[in-house]
Amino acid sequence: MSAESLQYPPEVLLAGVGRMSLSGDWTLAASRLLETNAQKIVEQGSHGTSLIIDLQAVSHLDTAGAWVINKAQRELTQARINVALERIRPEYEAMLREAAYRDFHPPQRNRSSLIFDLLVDLGASVVGAFHDFYRGVAFLGEFVSTLAYVAINPKHFRFTALVSHMESFGLRSAPIIILINILVGAIVAQQGIFQLERFGASSLAVDLIGILVLRELGVLLTSIMIAGRSGSAITAEIGSMKMREEIDALRVMGLSANEVLIAPRVLALVCSLPILTFIADMSALLGGMMVAWGYGDISPVAFLSLLKAAIAFRTFAVGLIKAPFMALVIGLIAAMDGLATEGSAESLGRQVTSSVVKSIFMVIVLDGLFAMFFAAINY
Amino acid sequence: MTFTNTALTQDQMASQDSEVIIRVRDLVVGFGEKLVMNRLNLDVYRGEVLGFVGGSGQGKSVLTRAILGLVPIRAGAIEIFGQNRNALDPANRRALEQRWGVLFQNGALFSGLTVKQNIQMPMREMRHISQKLMDELAMLKIELVGLSLDAADKFPSELSGGMVKRAALARALALDPELLFLDEPTSGLDPIGAAEFDELISTLQHSLGLTVFMVTHDLDSLYSICDRVAALAEGKVIAQGPLKNLLESPHPWLKAYFHGVRGERLTSTFGDYRNN
Repeated sequence: MSAESLQYPPEVLLAGVGRMSLSGDWTLAASRLLETNAQKIVEQGSHGTSLIIDLQAVSHLDTAGAWVINKAQRELTQARINVALERIRPEYEAMLREAAYRDFHPPQRNRSSLIFDLLVDLGASVVGAFHDFYRGVAFLGEFVSTLAYVAINPKHFRFTALVSHMESFGLRSAPIIILINILVGAIVAQQGIFQLERFGASSLAVDLIGILVLRELGVLLTSIMIAGRSGSAITAEIGSMKMREEIDALRVMGLSANEVLIAPRVLALVCSLPILTFIADMSALLGGMMVAWGYGDISPVAFLSLLKAAIAFRTFAVGLIKAPFMALVIGLIAAMDGLATEGSAESLGRQVTSSVVKSIFMVIVLDGLFAMFFAAINY
Repeated sequence: MTFTNTALTQDQMASQDSEVIIRVRDLVVGFGEKLVMNRLNLDVYRGEVLGFVGGSGQGKSVLTRAILGLVPIRAGAIEIFGQNRNALDPANRRALEQRWGVLFQNGALFSGLTVKQNIQMPMREMRHISQKLMDELAMLKIELVGLSLDAADKFPSELSGGMVKRAALARALALDPELLFLDEPTSGLDPIGAAEFDELISTLQHSLGLTVFMVTHDLDSLYSICDRVAALAEGKVIAQGPLKNLLESPHPWLKAYFHGVRGERLTSTFGDYRNN
């Protein structure tokens, strides 16, 4: 009900000297009118020395109405004007009493300067980043010790959970991974052929595809896709379990969340990601081969023999070796952020975002570290 | 259904002149094959506190949700303030929905907002008033429901169970509704807290002139604050009327409910209290 559609808007009528009568609905439904009319009481009342407010014609009154009337009365009283309410309907007396005006002293917030706040924020995020790193290392340690415990007591290993997570993280990701990698392979091939043609070296595009895809792109794209797809799912699952005290329930049963929830998920990622990377590599090569055939007139037979000359087994191995480490980083960050969820829905959203951003960032950083490492050992 | 008929006629005689706020007629609600409500009738009169009882899984919450329009109905009519909600155009439906307040069983406070922001949410969305007045009204509501003022800036996750109920009640009262739905308001509260909450509802009901529809399992609440009680079983209201009539009803479920071990303990004290 907006103010326009109100049947009886609140009104203030002057009824002689020092006397006014209120009419209409003094309810929250009147919205702004409620406040402007209360203002009117104060303005017109402040002309005299005493004021009688007649409430008989008020058709509806709610706490908001009672509050603004009381407040106007109070403001006039402070200006040394005697105010009396008259002819109050009995059913509104209680209302006026309940909503009697009083000062609320909300706790004062400390106001500080923008620069000060900025510095505080900056400092807090630097400390937070170190804290995150520290927690990450601690969490990795916990995870490894859980794995060791499970290795010694294999009956604590949740094989069914592992398989079911591998299905949802691995098998169900396969179609989208195949699709994007065929596309990326095709794009790399097209660009490679198009750019190298000017030097008469379009057959080198096959080397480009082979090395780029196998060493870097296959594993990187797969990891980023999995961080977005499965990492977010892990954070959301564990986070909502944390919110609903399910993690605490596990703990008081003498079970550890690490063993029951996190180990199977992270292990499932570690097992799935190399397989997905292999699928990604093959799809990208397929995409490249198709474009090379259609666009660059390199027949599949020629493509394969050029490819064989361009790459060695280790080119392929470099990509694959990285996959489980990427999975470990994604899984641990996702689980850790899930466990850091607090009570609110907003916090869950924040954790999922932070998990995805952090794990994609870490995947790229790790890839860089691996590039340096492999260059150093000449592999 | 002889029970229903006797209960209805006595009841109608008792409150002949009151206005009916909620009128449910021949309501049918079902999920798949299962009928939860089967030609259910119910009246709620202006200014009363109606306690609504029924076994777990009998559909008390479903009825509440059907009245609120959260569950689709298969047949029958639900009139609130004399209007059929489903036949209204969106603007009028919104206007109708602003005349009621709902306290959900678990509070359903918005977890990302503070208590004060939760209370101001309906005001902000539905009314155009200044931030200052909104702040004042929110603090007034917080005080009305008996929360301390420093709870205003807390988030729901920082509140205890009883405080969540109070904060949710304050939000339900934000727009000064005429009709208040309470879904098990005292569940999860300790007996002292539950008694205080009952008293709070009773006080607010009198001072704000509310009509209260209260789903409850709490026999104490029924005895202390409900003007009338309606009982739900087998998809129908098997009895409605003053608690006294229900206590005397020969219906087997009512007998088991009020004269079971826990019920009997309370009814005997209630009886003593009435005799004195």
